[in-house]
Amino acid sequence: MIEVTNLSKYFAGRPAVLDVTFSAEKGEILGFLGPNGAGKTTTMRILTCFLPPSSGSARIAGYDILEDSIEVRKRIGYMPEHVALYNDLSVAGYLDFVGRLKGMAASARSRRTGEVMEECGVFDVKDRLIGKLSRGYRQRVGIAQALLNDPEVLILDEPTVGLDPKQIIEIRELIRELSGSRTIVLSTHILPEVSLLCQRVIIINKGRVITYDTPENLQSHFRRSMVFTIELRGGAEPAARLLSSIDGLKSVVPLDAPAEGRIKFRIESHEERDVRELIARQAVENGFGLLGLSTIDMSLEDIFVQLVTEEEQ
Amino acid sequence: MSKMTAIYRKELAFFFNSIIAYVVLTIFLLIAGYFFYNLLAYFNLISMQAMQNPYLAQQLSITEGVLQPLFGNISIIMLLILPLLTMRLLSEERKSGTAELLFTYPISDWDVLLGKYCATLTVFAAMLGCTLLYPLLLGAYADPEAGPLASSYLGLFLLGMSYISMGLFFSSISENQIVAGVLTFGQLSILEHLDNFTKGVIDTNDIVYYVCFSSFFLFCSSRVLESNRWRS
Ligand SMILES: Nc1ncnc2c1ncn2[C@@H]1O[C@H](COP(=O)(O)OP(=O)(O)O)[C@@H](O)[C@H]1O
Ligand SMILES: [Mg+2]
Repeated sequence: MIEVTNLSKYFAGRPAVLDVTFSAEKGEILGFLGPNGAGKTTTMRILTCFLPPSSGSARIAGYDILEDSIEVRKRIGYMPEHVALYNDLSVAGYLDFVGRLKGMAASARSRRTGEVMEECGVFDVKDRLIGKLSRGYRQRVGIAQALLNDPEVLILDEPTVGLDPKQIIEIRELIRELSGSRTIVLSTHILPEVSLLCQRVIIINKGRVITYDTPENLQSHFRRSMVFTIELRGGAEPAARLLSSIDGLKSVVPLDAPAEGRIKFRIESHEERDVRELIARQAVENGFGLLGLSTIDMSLEDIFVQLVTEEEQ
Repeated sequence: MSKMTAIYRKELAFFFNSIIAYVVLTIFLLIAGYFFYNLLAYFNLISMQAMQNPYLAQQLSITEGVLQPLFGNISIIMLLILPLLTMRLLSEERKSGTAELLFTYPISDWDVLLGKYCATLTVFAAMLGCTLLYPLLLGAYADPEAGPLASSYLGLFLLGMSYISMGLFFSSISENQIVAGVLTFGQLSILEHLDNFTKGVIDTNDIVYYVCFSSFFLFCSSRVLESNRWRS
């Protein structure tokens, strides 16, 4: 559905996107993950025919973004990062206007306008001026206009940025409902979002693709070490001494004490050597009370930091 | 076509829902009214003198004495006022970020340009229509000639067309509304072709000049919009 080949974009000689290649199948949710300034927005603007690429090509539903720009634009719904709408129009009036621009006939327009307002939860503010809406509502109107023509491809640039936690959950829910047969490309700089929503993730930094995989694969590929926490009853000093006497640990980090007389550590060890039993036995033999031991899955966040720092080395 | 109409209607609604169309119209009519009053008072004075002087009385013409200079003044006021209407046309879309969505809809640049152009032209035509009040007032007491009146309005409309197309162009190259406005304001040379119209002479050359002028700037604007899509 989306094929991007060696796409690059320079601004005044400086690369914002460099040699990016990826593709997305029909029905897939593809996550674009990267820190601010990574080139996510620029890539999306190229895909939506707002900016021309400096080199490389992209096709959406078989149409080239430069040669068949209108055909591409008929098939996409785009929500920009900073949703700017016409503040002097009402929600319903605005969506009707967008429907006309998207070339929808009057009957389809009035039906779809009602549907997307329901779907995006803006029906109750349909007669309010957009300029008077809260940020969360405006974001929804932004999604509503993208959905209006029932596009095959949805491109959402940081759809949850600037929303409160409740709104974030609602928008994520909505995106998941929307997927179905649609192809969705969404960008974010928040890690849990991609593992929650996406089938595939592209990690991008400084305009370059660092990896391109499923969230599960990324997680297992980078789980080179095992991380767990241990909670003990006893003194902090002797416990630290005991742990430092055990070989094969990559790091031991004291955490905040959960209560008086109790201590907690975050321990990282090599994956091939499971030291949990050994530590538990040693702790008990040395007179500590073992209160808890639990493993931590390496989060995408850790992987992300690891990848970005590896790249920089 | 229906996409152009959608833009046209939205722009027109913007003008009349916001305060700017009314402010511009009021300023325009006030200044024009001031000139009309002065011209008429002066003409009145001359007429009084003409009662003693039959030779002078023959020379007096309400068209040449009042209407012709009035339309000359109106043309200058237009140059001052129309940039207020055109300066935001495209620059605001870019500045506020609404351009990002607008240009990702399946519409052509011409839909946007002509929609906005025609909407501004409509507002301008309404403004010009209001100035008909002055010749109508005159008509109650004197007998202004219909021919020069009609040709003057044709000339003013053509001048407005040219001027608005240029304003649209400057608005397409500058994100800054003020710069777009000032650039538009700076072009006075197009007034020369108005003279014949106010004298009641419709010369094809003048019409062609204004039509070409408008088309040229509309074309330039479309190039500017299109160049945003060229590889850089
Ligand atoms: N219109 C522009 N002109 C110049 N530089 C730009 C422009 N847009 C983006 N950039 C630069 O390109 C880089 C990538 O930006 P962007 O795509 O917005 O990143 P992201 O969306 O991942 O935060 C940044 O360094 C940014 O400063
Ligand atoms: Mg961005």
